[in-house]
Amino acid sequence: MTVLTMPARPGHDTAPPPVPWRRMVWVTWRQHRATMISVPAVLGALALFLLFAGLKVHHDYAALTACHPQGSVACEALNRTFNGTDWSMGNVLNILMQLLPVLLGMFAGAPLLARDLEAGTFRYAWTQGVGRVRLTIAKFAILAVVITVLAWAFSQLFTWFFEPFLPQENLNVLSATVFDTRGIVFAAWTLAAFCIGAFLGMLLRRVIPAMAVTLGVYLVLALGIWPLRKHYPVAVVTDNPGSIPFTSGPSTPNSPWFLSSWTSGGKYWTKYIPVSRFWPMQFIEAGWLLALSLLLLVGTVWLVRRRAA
Amino acid sequence: MNVIETSGLGKRYGKAWALHDCTLTVPEGCLAALVGPNGSGKSTLMNMAVGLTLPTEGTATVLDGQVIGTPVALDDIAFMAQDAPVYKNMSVADMLHLTRNLNRRFDGPFARARLTDLGIPLKKKSGKLSGGQQAQVALTLALARRPRLLILDEPLSALDPLARQDFMATVMTTMADEGTSVLLSSHALADLERVADYLIVLGGGQLRIAGEVEDLLATHRVLTGPAAQADRYASQLSVVQVKRAAAQAHLLVRTSGTDDPVLPGWEAHPVSLEELTLAYLRAPQAEADPKPANTNHSEPTEAAR
Repeated sequence: MTVLTMPARPGHDTAPPPVPWRRMVWVTWRQHRATMISVPAVLGALALFLLFAGLKVHHDYAALTACHPQGSVACEALNRTFNGTDWSMGNVLNILMQLLPVLLGMFAGAPLLARDLEAGTFRYAWTQGVGRVRLTIAKFAILAVVITVLAWAFSQLFTWFFEPFLPQENLNVLSATVFDTRGIVFAAWTLAAFCIGAFLGMLLRRVIPAMAVTLGVYLVLALGIWPLRKHYPVAVVTDNPGSIPFTSGPSTPNSPWFLSSWTSGGKYWTKYIPVSRFWPMQFIEAGWLLALSLLLLVGTVWLVRRRAA
Repeated sequence: MNVIETSGLGKRYGKAWALHDCTLTVPEGCLAALVGPNGSGKSTLMNMAVGLTLPTEGTATVLDGQVIGTPVALDDIAFMAQDAPVYKNMSVADMLHLTRNLNRRFDGPFARARLTDLGIPLKKKSGKLSGGQQAQVALTLALARRPRLLILDEPLSALDPLARQDFMATVMTTMADEGTSVLLSSHALADLERVADYLIVLGGGQLRIAGEVEDLLATHRVLTGPAAQADRYASQLSVVQVKRAAAQAHLLVRTSGTDDPVLPGWEAHPVSLEELTLAYLRAPQAEADPKPANTNHSEPTEAAR
């Protein structure tokens, strides 16, 4: 029911209570209904596919590892199924998974403010009693949380789906394309992509250019971090490399990430990142991505306050 | 109590001033008409009053000293932007609900009743309405917020003559019922001549004159006499504009009172608001006037108080 809640006008010296935050939930939902429906719908459909594909992958993997004797015709057939058919699907899905955060940033983040600016409707939205800063923070935060949570849930499902491929395809959790699809890092990258999109949308004030630049910025950042991850302060230095399960050939689920070795003081030193440092690395990466996201939120709000029409 | 006060207000885009050195005061309870040709700075002034545009120079406050653009100030101001932007993919009912959620006050029953009276279907998408209907929706949303100050940027341009009258009738009713102050811009004075009680004339980004209509009409008159004497006579008066037609000259002058004596051979006539506006818009500086009165921005405003 709609009522006139404030019949008496307060004097300007008594600051009126602001428009409640909870009303921004409906506002965000209505203004970004297309995003709020299509993102869960697309992710849900993909999740359903991952679920069925994952069941097959796990089934094939179980059959392959149980197969005895190895090298028999039956086992070779199972091997071909898993490392052929299943892996080509898994590989493609893993590549798409790398692109999912930036797609969300482009289609959910970039239009957040750019569409209002492009259509001129910001002149309506920014002059309502709620104030443009409060409106921007609410919309930004609500959509960011929804998309980050969805991305986290999706990455957990993908991690389960992808698990059987690790030992078979010489990957482990420290591999570049594996590390960023699991744990909390995938969600953090999605959040960062969304924030990049929203910030660029405010900066460029046009949806399509903001989407294009978001893609570029994200790719530079995401690819640029691969050679830098080894510099996260988690490496271990030892003079007793014999204790480490280094393998010269393909890596195994427990293979550490060999960085460098040198001789000093008559000893042979080895620097490496053990698999056990997966979580510290995850927290470091998610940490700076979260900091970047907050910075972009602050930058966006600053632009909203400063930008003249 | 003033609804808008500006001091040396200006906005520059690149090297061009959209509005420059504008000092004016709009008192409460007025229908203030903001007139001037396209590109004269009307929208810039209005956008600054609601915080959409930041001033390059000067200061402005609204509703008795409140900082422009803050939620506290916007709570009491309803702004209808030029071309009445609405969310085209939202139904009219959704626009009502959205506006209700974005404000502390919103008179939903009033809004629905008004739109029903106008024959605008609530279920229709805003983008499917005609330009005139979109303007009516935007006005309804603004009125339903029960503002103390209603700022309407060229609201009449999308309306046909009949709708213009209805639109202005609604605005006048709201002013009478709610004590709302209105700032309304138009490039055509004709629509506002009979209803405006405060006039602000902008030309080329400059404030040409501002003041209460009554005072402006009381302090200006047209003197008609022989053209031969016009220059000599004009030099003794505060002349806004000189017009010559054959042997006759018409001087639009500012006077302290309309019954000042005139030279023999000259006749004095009252001036219409339209004549006055056009005179101030036509390069006032070009008309030789020894006194700076006709380009002084603050004096007419002070005279009006």
